[in-house]
This record gives sequence, structure tokens and C-alpha cells, in this order.
Amino acid sequence: MRDVAVIGVGCTTFGEKWGASFRDLFVEAGALALDDAGLAGEQIDALYVGNMSAGRFIGQEHIGALIADYAGLAASHHIPSTRVEAACASGGLAFRQAVIDVMSGMEDIVVAAGVEKMTDVGTGTSVDTLTGAADREWEGFAGATFPGLYAMMATDYINRYGLTREQLAQVAVKNHYNGARNPIAQFQQEITVETVMKSSLVADPLRLFDCSPITDGAAAVVVAPLERAREFTDCPVRVLASAQASDTIALHDRRDISTLDATVEAGRRALGQARLQHRDIDIVEVHDCFTIAELCAIEDLGFCAKGEAGRVTEEGITAIGGRLPVNTSGGLKACGHPVGATGIKQIYEIVQQIRGEAGKRQVDTKIGMAHNVGGTGATVVVHILGAY
Amino acid sequence: MSVAGFWRKIPQRYNLVGTRCERCGQFFFPPRTFCPHCRREGTIVEHHFKGTGKVISYTVIRSASDQFEFTTPYVLAIVELDEGPRMTAQIAIPPDDIKIGMPVKRVFRRIATDGESGIIHYGTKFVAR
Repeated sequence: MRDVAVIGVGCTTFGEKWGASFRDLFVEAGALALDDAGLAGEQIDALYVGNMSAGRFIGQEHIGALIADYAGLAASHHIPSTRVEAACASGGLAFRQAVIDVMSGMEDIVVAAGVEKMTDVGTGTSVDTLTGAADREWEGFAGATFPGLYAMMATDYINRYGLTREQLAQVAVKNHYNGARNPIAQFQQEITVETVMKSSLVADPLRLFDCSPITDGAAAVVVAPLERAREFTDCPVRVLASAQASDTIALHDRRDISTLDATVEAGRRALGQARLQHRDIDIVEVHDCFTIAELCAIEDLGFCAKGEAGRVTEEGITAIGGRLPVNTSGGLKACGHPVGATGIKQIYEIVQQIRGEAGKRQVDTKIGMAHNVGGTGATVVVHILGAY
Repeated sequence: MSVAGFWRKIPQRYNLVGTRCERCGQFFFPPRTFCPHCRREGTIVEHHFKGTGKVISYTVIRSASDQFEFTTPYVLAIVELDEGPRMTAQIAIPPDDIKIGMPVKRVFRRIATDGESGIIHYGTKFVAR
């Protein structure tokens, strides 16, 4: 098996992009990534695209072909292009497929993209579409929403570990601070604990500012064999691990409601592959679709004991300048969560940090981890990237 | 949801008809037709659940999809049935009264409607016992 490197990255700004279509978004991100790698389109061997639900959001399926077509690589070069779907983990999974393609020797230059255009439908429809990431027949039918499912995790967590409402709010405050330093972030404003506490209840105990927003956006990265990486870039970033794990589709079937066993397993597999310890990881991008999700992720990845993440956050350990900065991009909360693009944006952030291109949110990074979750934890993808 | 999609789940949704593996004795609700433990060695049979259990966790849904918006706010919970399996269901109770560990029993209720002229979804909710 070959070593793999990221040789180029690109990302659109995230937000409610009324003027941009699905096609506009991925073409922009793809062109940015190719420019970054100094590549021409015809040098690409294959494309993977993470997308959760273009069928529901814009009525379009067959996304692989659409992307190849509008990237100008279908009619002329007929490159293979494949859509990958694992709800909110679609992006991370698309990246993993690209890595596996190159690692196996099947292809050399592979683009992994992620895209979601969510604002063409109303809130009710998007809430219902996102519910499809959970168990439609036995959770959605009963009236479960996505915030509702994570809220039940939060209720269980608070009851067992004594987390305070303020500690939960600190996650959003930190991520907004980081987002305010990220030019692609949907939210560029800092907030206070009071902002969170005064926002409306969505699903008790979660309030509006505990939830990631509805977002349009796309991101793309280019991977290549490590041995060829310097043909394209002076600062290749090595893929040290790519791990994936599954769990039950429904939250109610989990061994423990507020522990994501798939995160535990994918994290352990990734560290094993990379032969690294927790202390070797400089930054982590975790899947904070809700504030409670960031706390569970930090614990389930093994960075602290169960029940400790609220205190860890309150003490600033996960802030920029702390011992383990978490979600320097602003996370899903502040950077935005175009579901299929999120996993690729996490890779984009870690590559920027390793290359020293993260501007006002720069932290000293040699090794970074990305943690991307589908649904309430039924799919988890963990990648570790390192300077080379 | 299509009429057929709703209709074929009526026994499970109206009367909590689930399954059980005769080999390992584990109960399944929502029903499974393949035992995750015994796999192909297992024998799956129908099981009628008593419909009593307790609340494991809960939330109050304040913002819902269009189908459920008329019901908000409503209490949603994970209920552990006495036989062991857990399920997601609404608890017909004022939001301030819900508690972890609360004993509940099943009731037959309207759950949602498919717009003004679509089918009415009935199914199981729980009440305090």
C-alpha cells in the first residue's frame, strides 16, 4: 500500500448563498483546489463527491456525473466520478474513498469534494430531510427531529455527569470566537454565554445557539501518492490514518445513549494505524453539529475521561491557545454545516493549519485529526493528517 | 409516506408487535427479522410487547418538521420496554412533568397527518402509569 498526501485544497465561503447554485458551489471549490495543487483538470484520474441529499434539497440525483460534467471532465475525458453518501459524514467518507483509491495504486490523482445546497427549501423541509439521517421508520415517524435526538443525548449526559447549561454554552462561544477568525465561516461574530442562554429553545435543553445552521457550501481536496506529491506542491500534507466505523442507525438501540461507540472505535483504529498517542495530536476538528456533540466527541475520541469535557472546555483547554485546540475553523456551529461538504472542510482546515496558512486562528500544528459523524453516530470517519 | 408504507407497519405501530430470537431469547422492538447475535443461526418469532416501560431520556420538541409542527411543543422520549428493547416515542404529558425513570404505558394515538388530504398516521405514544 502506498502513502498518500493532500496536494491541494479549496473551499467556498459558507453561508446562505442565495445567488449560488449547487453547480456554482462545487465548480468554485474544485477550481480552488486544482489551482492550489497547480493541476490541470485533465490530470485528474477520478472524482469522489460527498453529498447527503441533493435529491431532497434540489431535486437532483446522479451527482457524480453532474460534477464531472460541470467540471468539464465528462464529455472530454470521461473521468470516473462517484457520489458517496453517509448523511453528514458524506464528505469524510468521500475523502476516505479518494485516499483508498490512491493508497491501493488504482489511481494517482484523485479529487474528493463535498457539496450541499440547503437553502433552496424551507426550514420544515430541511428539518424533515435531515431526519432521514436517523431512522425514518422508528425515530422520524414518532416525531423525532435531529436536534431532538441530540437533545436526548444531552438530557442523558447532564443527568449522569452533572454538566451545567453554561458549560454547554461555552462550546458555542468558543466556536463562534474561532469562526470570527475564519474568512469562510458563516458566522463571523463572537457571542457570549448569555447569547446562547437567551436564544430560543429548539429541543430542551438545546437552544438555537447550540445548533449548527443550515448552510450552502462546497469544499474540495486533491490527493496523490506521497512519492509524487512534491511534483505539485512544496508543502504536501501526509495522510497518516483513515478509519471508519458504524453503529446502529437509531439512537435508542445504542449501548449507551451519550457515548458514540463508532467514534470510540474509529478513533482507536485511526491512532493505531498512525501509531500515535493522544498527546501527539495538536488540533482536532470534531463534528459539533450540536454543542453536546463536541463534548461527546472529545471524550469518545479519548482526549479526556467521560464527563470531563465540559470542564475541559470551560478551562479553555480546547480554545485557540489551549493545550488541544478543537474546531479552530469555528466547527459546524460557526463555520456552518453544508452537510456533505463538512467532512472535506475539516480536512481543508487541518491542511491550512499544518501549512501555517490559518491566519488569525493559526496554532502550531504538526498533526491534526478530523472527526466526521453521520446521523447520531451511525457512521463515523476519523482521519489523521501530518506535516511532511 | 405512501399508503402501503404505512399500512404494512400497522401491527407494529398500533399494537407493539415486535420480534424475539428463540435461540438467544433477545427481544426486538422495533422488530428485526435477523438476530444480530445469532445471525443465521437464530430463529425469529413474533412477540406482542406488554407496552409498559420507563423513560430513559427525553426532550421537548419546540421546532418540528411541517408534519409535526401542529403538535409542538411535545415530549419525545426513549422508552425502555419491560422486555428490554428501547424505542423512540412521544409521551402524552405536560413538558414540565416528564422525568427520567418515569414508569409509562402505551396508548393508541394520532401521531401525524400527511397534509390536509393525506392519510392520518396513528401509532403508539406513552402516558405516565
